[in-house]
Amino acid sequence: MEIHEYQAKELLASFGVSVPSGGLAYSPEQAVYRAKEIGGERWVVKAQIHSGARGKAGGIKVCASDKEIWEAAEDLLGMRLVTRQTGAQGKVVHRLYIEAATGIEREIYLGFVLDRAAERVAVVASAEGGMEIEEIAVERPQSILRVAVEPAVGMQEFQARELAFGLGLPPALMSQAVTTVMGAYRAMRDLDGTMVEINPLVVTKDGRLLALDAKMSFDDNALFRRPHIAELRDKSQEDPREMQASDRGLSYVGLEGNIGCIINGAGLAMATMDMIQHAGGEPANFLDIGGGASPERVAKAFRLVMSDERVQAMLVNIFAGINRCDWVAEGVVQAVQKLKPTIPLVVRLSGTHVEEGREILRGSGLPFIMAETLAEAAEKAVAAWKQVAGR
Amino acid sequence: MAILLDEKTAVIVQGFTGQIGSFHAQEMMEYGTHVVGGVTPGKGGTTHLGRPVFNTVKEAVEKTGAVASIIFVPAPFAGDGIMEAADAGIQYCVAITDGIPAHDMIRVKRYMRRYKMERRMRLTGPNCAGTISPERAMMGIMPGHIYMKGTVGIVGRSGTLGYEAASQMKAMGIGVTTSVGIGGDPINGSSFRDILELFEQDPETQAVVMIGEIGGPQEAEAAHFYKENMSKPLIGYIAGLTAPKGRRMGHAGAIISAFGESAAEKVEILQECGVTVVPNPAEFGNTVAEVLGKGN
Repeated sequence: MEIHEYQAKELLASFGVSVPSGGLAYSPEQAVYRAKEIGGERWVVKAQIHSGARGKAGGIKVCASDKEIWEAAEDLLGMRLVTRQTGAQGKVVHRLYIEAATGIEREIYLGFVLDRAAERVAVVASAEGGMEIEEIAVERPQSILRVAVEPAVGMQEFQARELAFGLGLPPALMSQAVTTVMGAYRAMRDLDGTMVEINPLVVTKDGRLLALDAKMSFDDNALFRRPHIAELRDKSQEDPREMQASDRGLSYVGLEGNIGCIINGAGLAMATMDMIQHAGGEPANFLDIGGGASPERVAKAFRLVMSDERVQAMLVNIFAGINRCDWVAEGVVQAVQKLKPTIPLVVRLSGTHVEEGREILRGSGLPFIMAETLAEAAEKAVAAWKQVAGR
Repeated sequence: MAILLDEKTAVIVQGFTGQIGSFHAQEMMEYGTHVVGGVTPGKGGTTHLGRPVFNTVKEAVEKTGAVASIIFVPAPFAGDGIMEAADAGIQYCVAITDGIPAHDMIRVKRYMRRYKMERRMRLTGPNCAGTISPERAMMGIMPGHIYMKGTVGIVGRSGTLGYEAASQMKAMGIGVTTSVGIGGDPINGSSFRDILELFEQDPETQAVVMIGEIGGPQEAEAAHFYKENMSKPLIGYIAGLTAPKGRRMGHAGAIISAFGESAAEKVEILQECGVTVVPNPAEFGNTVAEVLGKGN
């Protein structure tokens, strides 16, 4: 799960990380009021969407008067912001964060990730802040410092000091640097974070260390024990279909193609999508209905895929194990009878009781296009789609 | 010999009396697995499915001589259950549970390392379909009948895609020594490389099929292990050629977040290391048959 910049900053501040003073606004009035509360002469109005690279997309505006703040807020609120990370559809701005502008001396990158190879939390830092870490890795790989955290004891202060000295921070900033690194690490560990990124972490002209931008992601599997994190979820930032799916216990990712997919198991789902592409089509979605494909789940999956207007043909590929094919077939027949899809529907069942399952599909009188193998299923789905699309 | 599991392996079930644990324990026994008991804290002293129930894994090991354990414990408590098994002297543990927090798995892996190599537990999973040595025993949730006994090892992340591969092979008369699910989580008990090492040492296994997917470094690591250390042919497949970068594809670990984690990049690494790549997922059976033909 992802959260907004202002939420990440509030969390990090509660672990001792210094952040600029700021406030949230839902309207131009509020934005101006927040700036007054904060005080000073220059402010930054920042669009809150679940994406980085907002500055380049015009989502961050520096203002020096009430009028400028009002105008910036009016421009940004309701705007669909398209960044390098959002995809072409962008994300709508519903919230603004107003911050005191900071005089920047230098910018640093500080990130915490789950290192899959080392099976521990790794800290990544670079003196080349402000750029994305991928860019730094390509352009200034020698500037990247890495520290792995021993899981049994957690991050130690000497590791934070090594990082700080490695980044060339002056001794006067050492204690602030240690507080920042240790605080961010504890936030990651104590809140079941999967990623914490402070980019940039800045040294201000008046000699302070401040988290100017912050991003945090959390482990969905741990939200059961982090209710105050789960509360931070902003559904307006999620794809409506993906949100609907996750609320129903299905795993869905929308794609650009025209062949809708309903499959059980993530690996088989990816493989079936690959097979569709191999056969000359493009999948409209990834959809894993789970290893056990109950009739209810099948019906939910049909509703979800049919709600995508791009879908011109559908492919159902179920490998039934413990759940038998005849049971799955009943579910498919029920869903089709109820929802009456008008697009061609290719069904491939395999596994336990496959003959009985196919018999139920044949006996239903519904116009299923049956397939026996994975290759046949993909070819038939692509052929059916081409016919509908007139290709 | 199969690897990890055969009909003599004494198995206990953690989360034995729950609905899911009961169902699959029954299936496992019907398949021929030597299930000697189960653990459900608070239900010790009772009998379930004709087998004794214990409060702790330690007690179950003492009374039954169990050497293996399968975990059906719900995700919030599963990490704890795995560590209990490691501490009780279980040698091989299969964690079926899906949804264990990543930070829990980091702790579990670190905890397992506190034991000396000789008595350190081997873990496969979590979030996997389990392990099966066809016509001998299974610790898992797979439909046993789709596997035929034979000479090819399978190791994969996905359950149903593994079934697809095994049934394509069976249709061509190719059987399996052992099929091991390592699960779809970012931090897992055993890597592809760990399992390849076991297959390389197993005299019965003549070739290995590795079914990988996008995300993480383990497929590439396994390919390099193959190049340096394996005499047996390795056949590989990577799912997710059509998966977009940065999107999680069902499995917690199936996400392209770094260089070298996409399917195309992994396929390239496999090919560079001399692994025979299955060109598309309809070709598991054919590709394995070809490799076996060449090998003989």
